[in-house]
Amino acid sequence: MRRHHDMGGLDAGPVDPAEHDYTPWEKRVDAIVRLLAGKERRLITLDEHRRAMEDLGPGAYDELSYYERWISAITNILIEKGVISVEELGGKMEAVKARWQEARE
Amino acid sequence: MSARFIVGDRVRVRQAYPPGHVRTPYYVRGKEGVVSRMIAEHPNPEERAYGRDGLPPVPVYRVLFRQNDLWQDYQGPEGDTTELDIQEHWLGPLEEDGG
Repeated sequence: MRRHHDMGGLDAGPVDPAEHDYTPWEKRVDAIVRLLAGKERRLITLDEHRRAMEDLGPGAYDELSYYERWISAITNILIEKGVISVEELGGKMEAVKARWQEARE
Repeated sequence: MSARFIVGDRVRVRQAYPPGHVRTPYYVRGKEGVVSRMIAEHPNPEERAYGRDGLPPVPVYRVLFRQNDLWQDYQGPEGDTTELDIQEHWLGPLEEDGG
């Protein structure tokens, strides 16, 4: 079986070679990955990270942007390893959303 | 671990389609090539991808393929080649393979 991400040789449309700016959250995701994989922590390996991105499945793999794939994959690994719990993450996301809404009102 | 192949050996990539994290691209499986360089021994990323240590380290070889062998409809010059780094457990000697 050919896995979805293993697309070498398939027609994937044109590549956009233009440089683009990274948004602050994308830079933050990059930093988080480096901190998690760094030798002080070693909470994830880059091999695990890559595997977790492949395991996002065809829909997510195509629809998410590059750094959205990164953060989704890291999230899944940290939950698998018990570094964070689903409950904890869900609660935090709700809290951030509420704070954001308050700030806009 | 001692390396099973040396530079110049003709090899065939295993034609296998296991589930899980695999570092040998689909398009090169089952194809024949020539070992062009011994890269190093590395902990196996196919194991490390699942949180294990990937030991013992696996020899990794650079293997040269003819583009015409990889792609049925290749339009480029006859002598075009491509090189890929492939782990030892993905390679077999050409003669044992039987095609």
